[in-house]
Amino acid sequence: MEFALSEDQRLLQDSISGFLKDAAPLDVIRKIADGDAEAAAALDAGIAEMGIAGLHVPEAVGGSGLGLLEACLVQEALGYAVAPSGFMAATVAAHLFAQAGSEYAGGIATGDMVFGLALTELVSRRDGAGVMSTGDLLSGRSLLAMVPEGATHVLTADGDGVFHVVDDWSAAPMRTIDRTRMFQELVFDRVESRSEVMGDDGVLAAARLLVAADTLGAAQAMLDKAVAYAKERKQFGRVIGSFQAVKHMCAEMAAKLEPARALVWHAAYAMDTGDPEAFAMANLAKAHLAEVGTFVAKISTEVHGGMGFTDLVGLHYWFKRIGVNRQLFGSPEQARKTAAELQGFVEA
Amino acid sequence: MELDLSPEYEAFRKDVNRVLTENAHLAPGPEDKGYKNPKRLAWQKFLIEQGLTARTIPKEYGGYGAEPDLLKSRIIAEEFARTGVPRALAGQGISMLVPTLLELGTPEQKEAYIRPTLHGEMIWCQGYSEPGAGSDLAALRTTAEEDGDDFVINGQKIWTSTAKQADMIFCLVRTDPNAKKHHGISYILFPMDTPGIDVRPLVDMTENANFNEVFFTNVRVPKSGIVFEVNKGWQVANATLTHERGMLGDPNATKARFLELVELFRTETLNCERLMDNPLMRDRLMKLQAEVYAMQANGLRVTTASLKKESAGLAGLIVKLMGCELNHQIAGLAIDALGELGILYGEGDHLRADGSWQWRYMYDLGLIIGGGTAQIQKNIISERGLDMPREPKPARA
Repeated sequence: MEFALSEDQRLLQDSISGFLKDAAPLDVIRKIADGDAEAAAALDAGIAEMGIAGLHVPEAVGGSGLGLLEACLVQEALGYAVAPSGFMAATVAAHLFAQAGSEYAGGIATGDMVFGLALTELVSRRDGAGVMSTGDLLSGRSLLAMVPEGATHVLTADGDGVFHVVDDWSAAPMRTIDRTRMFQELVFDRVESRSEVMGDDGVLAAARLLVAADTLGAAQAMLDKAVAYAKERKQFGRVIGSFQAVKHMCAEMAAKLEPARALVWHAAYAMDTGDPEAFAMANLAKAHLAEVGTFVAKISTEVHGGMGFTDLVGLHYWFKRIGVNRQLFGSPEQARKTAAELQGFVEA
Repeated sequence: MELDLSPEYEAFRKDVNRVLTENAHLAPGPEDKGYKNPKRLAWQKFLIEQGLTARTIPKEYGGYGAEPDLLKSRIIAEEFARTGVPRALAGQGISMLVPTLLELGTPEQKEAYIRPTLHGEMIWCQGYSEPGAGSDLAALRTTAEEDGDDFVINGQKIWTSTAKQADMIFCLVRTDPNAKKHHGISYILFPMDTPGIDVRPLVDMTENANFNEVFFTNVRVPKSGIVFEVNKGWQVANATLTHERGMLGDPNATKARFLELVELFRTETLNCERLMDNPLMRDRLMKLQAEVYAMQANGLRVTTASLKKESAGLAGLIVKLMGCELNHQIAGLAIDALGELGILYGEGDHLRADGSWQWRYMYDLGLIIGGGTAQIQKNIISERGLDMPREPKPARA
């Protein structure tokens, strides 16, 4: 038995983290948040060169054939750097296509196909949004779709939970608290479904797990920043990190975050090995990281005092990343309800 | 990452499961109360013979004598949790003193104490805390003065569990009042029936005397009771405290308790509706399930680190704090789930699980405080895990 990252897995995460440290420092993130398309494109191109789009695509169709555990390690690194990326969309789509044996998986690996996700209504329908399927045609709207720049396809789901690939949509940006990532309202007006794909509960579970991993990274960054700040900032003639009030805030963040990391790993490993508890665990990981992330976001900001509240320090990018993640693919309450249904505690 | 067990370990797991389920009828029930209850002692003997407890303790001292194999120990703990078969005896003698003696005891001490302790025939209590020495344990003031071949002990201990039943005590005493506080302490063993020892039960919020105060007035004990060396007791105690913290917050015990809570949610009804079907209550249950999963996965990380003889770092440091807190929350949710009936206690109709949820809810608070308070744990996590500075010592007056 070994519950630890392998050498390869550590190297993978280190290489992504190392790249992002250089390519996505705070001033670059700031530019992207301010709408600098050139900065966004440069980062995108750099990430594309890492060849991670096909990470979760089976080797047989040209991908790296790695599991959700590796995908979570990459997503964690992206969250740590608050870097925008189409990686999550590519991985969720790849997960579905691989399970369904769809040829689209190969296109993701070559980079010929860039996927966006319009799956919000799979779990949350509001303001009359939702996608209807009639014959081969899809109509309707999807809110807060995650569509990377240059997307060629969008994966959406109809009211019966059947997935569809579309390549025709109109989009209007939706501004959220998180200005580093783009969210859009998509409208499908009798567009053709290029492919109808049946997926199981594992698709939503995978999406939620990746969000959990992203929050894990963002929260770890906020903890690291809080600890570093507390060791350096002086008040009353001492570094504030020597006050127990402040130390205990940091200890509480670490105490919650460390088991949460193990939970993300375990859920991802369970997904990759077909453990019967995997889907429930992935849903619980999403809910749990939402709670732990929210806690860390608040406490880390407080450790930074007034500076944590300023734009100058930029801690708010992480705070907002976590805040957005909490709601993506459903609230913690919804994820916990899914987990209860998956275990047969209640009827779905 | 590899959680599947090799065929050898899978076979071991099946074997453990079979032994436990086939012999469950031998295990003591709730009616077999009390220390040295014959049924409990017989069960303990059986578990040792089967290698299901005292597994790695040498045969010559009454253990099973297996090579240390963390994975096997883990499988045994998991199977006890899974089957719900009563566990082996625990307690401070078995969990704390025996490992300490194995490491630092004299041959005579090992010979005299380990076997009867493991078999539940010799009960120990721990004489550490004092009214003025709780979190600051090294401030202890109970003195032991040399007199010929003896020490004469005077002072007071508190929070001494099982002092009434104990045959023996392992005790921290100050043997050099002039040395710096960590350097003048010795770790000594002596019988609880030595003249001059007065045990007064300390009734706590559970209505039981889970703890005692112990008073020593001119208690004369032989020097041969010293473990390791005179004035080196702080090192001995630290070895033991590590064992205590490992004992508190075991994720397998937490999981077993959580499964009882799930069963409660499935069977109890409120206004003709199962608690599991009440969305508010169920959401709270699922919140705790996420934490139980997280602590179990964290436990896997800690085990892996131990197997590789590496430090588990933060993953290890947070176990006592988070595990005890989670246990407390599980008991708290069970009480809320039972609502008006959850406040019943002691005896009477309508009582659920013998009132054990209320008992645990209160007793667990004791465990959050004992064995290093939650606040001390947070100091340890921040100083050792996050490398944050220690609180500056106040200038001496």
